[in-house]
Amino acid sequence: MAVELSPRDREMLDGRHGEAVGLAMRILIDMARVWQADRLIDVTSAHVDSCLYHGQAGLDFVEKLLAGQAHVAVPTTLNVSSLDLLHPELIRLDADTASRARRLMDAYVAMGCRPTWTCAPYQLDSRPAFGEHVAWAESNAIVFANSVLGARTNRYGDFIDICAAITGRVPDAGLHLDEHRRGRIVFRLSDDVSDRLLHDEVTPTCIGHIVGKESGTDVPVIVGLPLETGEDRLKALGAAAASSGAVAMFHAVGITPEAPTLEDALGGDGAAREIVVTLDRLRAARDELTTIEGGPISAVSVGTPHMSVDELDLLATSVGRHPPTVPFYANTGRDVSAGAGALTVLADAGVTIVTDTCTYITPILHDVGGPVMTNSAKWAWYAPANLGFDVVFGSMEECVRSASLGRVWRDPDLWGEASDA
Amino acid sequence: MPEGRTLVAGRAAGLALVLAEPLSFWGGLDPETGELIDTHHPQRGAVVTDRILVMPSGRGSSSSSYILAEAIRAGTAPAAIVLREADGIVALGAIVARELYGTTIPVGVLDADAFDAIADGALVEVIVGDDVVTMGPPG
Repeated sequence: MAVELSPRDREMLDGRHGEAVGLAMRILIDMARVWQADRLIDVTSAHVDSCLYHGQAGLDFVEKLLAGQAHVAVPTTLNVSSLDLLHPELIRLDADTASRARRLMDAYVAMGCRPTWTCAPYQLDSRPAFGEHVAWAESNAIVFANSVLGARTNRYGDFIDICAAITGRVPDAGLHLDEHRRGRIVFRLSDDVSDRLLHDEVTPTCIGHIVGKESGTDVPVIVGLPLETGEDRLKALGAAAASSGAVAMFHAVGITPEAPTLEDALGGDGAAREIVVTLDRLRAARDELTTIEGGPISAVSVGTPHMSVDELDLLATSVGRHPPTVPFYANTGRDVSAGAGALTVLADAGVTIVTDTCTYITPILHDVGGPVMTNSAKWAWYAPANLGFDVVFGSMEECVRSASLGRVWRDPDLWGEASDA
Repeated sequence: MPEGRTLVAGRAAGLALVLAEPLSFWGGLDPETGELIDTHHPQRGAVVTDRILVMPSGRGSSSSSYILAEAIRAGTAPAAIVLREADGIVALGAIVARELYGTTIPVGVLDADAFDAIADGALVEVIVGDDVVTMGPPG
């Protein structure tokens, strides 16, 4: 399929707006063919993930862009990096890698990106409105933008994010188009899930894990979540689904903006499949995200994706009642932490605040070791490979109580099973 | 001749490495060694370098394009990637490597029957071009 270019696209491709813009357009047009788009469309903002250092290729790319006079054409936020610029003492990276990571970060700021260093750009005041086309990378941000905000972004990866930012253009494909936003697979919560479990934050997270494993490339529709399920829980659901699978959008009936009803979510088509999410399946999700039976833990890490102000407040109340006796890390964004009144309470309780990065992508916990407990499915999914630690997944309350006891504590009322703790 | 779809054109031969489950390169592939490191993946420990990597789809992280480009730069990448479902993030890593280093690996999509017929460990040649993806013994 030929990609139809506007006169301005053609100018950009021909290098009349600089070499970097030309390079970016070549990549965008190649990707338009991959996604079978017949044209490019404008975006109003970008969120760039390429600023997290994974090796020389990222530096080679950004230095080529800088040499070609690249500058962003739309407001652009930056994802986490491997450094915590506000708390540098936390990071145990070797000096050479740290210096390369910093060069990468500086290059993106030099192109005009806003140094937000967060995986939760939807917590910033600049977040897009319903129906806006944006170019977001970072899997959890992509799924949040599409599902919760009703903004439209395809599943952009490293490199094309900045190409979109410096041209303001993306291929008109995938989740930018109505027909790819329709639900195809329905997940229905079973009656055997207790009210207590249904209303705990752990349930959306476990559902996300199940949805990611079962959906493949289909857009999932979730039926049966409490109608008051808020953004923080939807964030956790999406992040889980984008870790165990490739989910870039979900509908929660009665909750997310494109799913007032099941029929709306399905867009007039029937569902291809329906899966009932039982209590047993939720317990199994918890256990799939856990690598040890129980026993002592070395640390707790929460805030993957970055914690919101509300989550920091809840954590402050919780650790006030049960102060941790093992190291306790809370990841959040620098902009959120700047406006959070809970930080003093958290610091007094011994909670270490991490900003600009996350405890599963850079050496912060290496002096502590494992096992580590978390309420994040994304952290639990990636940490065993990234860090080499055992991990225990549980609710926020279970994390706080376990940190206080120094060993895994399971809430028997939550899961409806006898505790062996 | 099985038909498919070209994501990144090219031609390569090697031993097929057929993955039973999708893989996220980020968190799943060590670009320094070419080894699968995803603790959830049944083929953890396999080395993709110079293999014809046959996998149903990508998964998870949007950093996978960076990891693939880095693996191509470091010489640890597979010789080619054959998918059942088109995956933009996988293709993107190969496209950027070509821009940066003038070299890349072919990435193609095969229809389900042809995809399922590839035997793990078989010596195959893959030709990805003009939306015809050919897999078979080297000719």
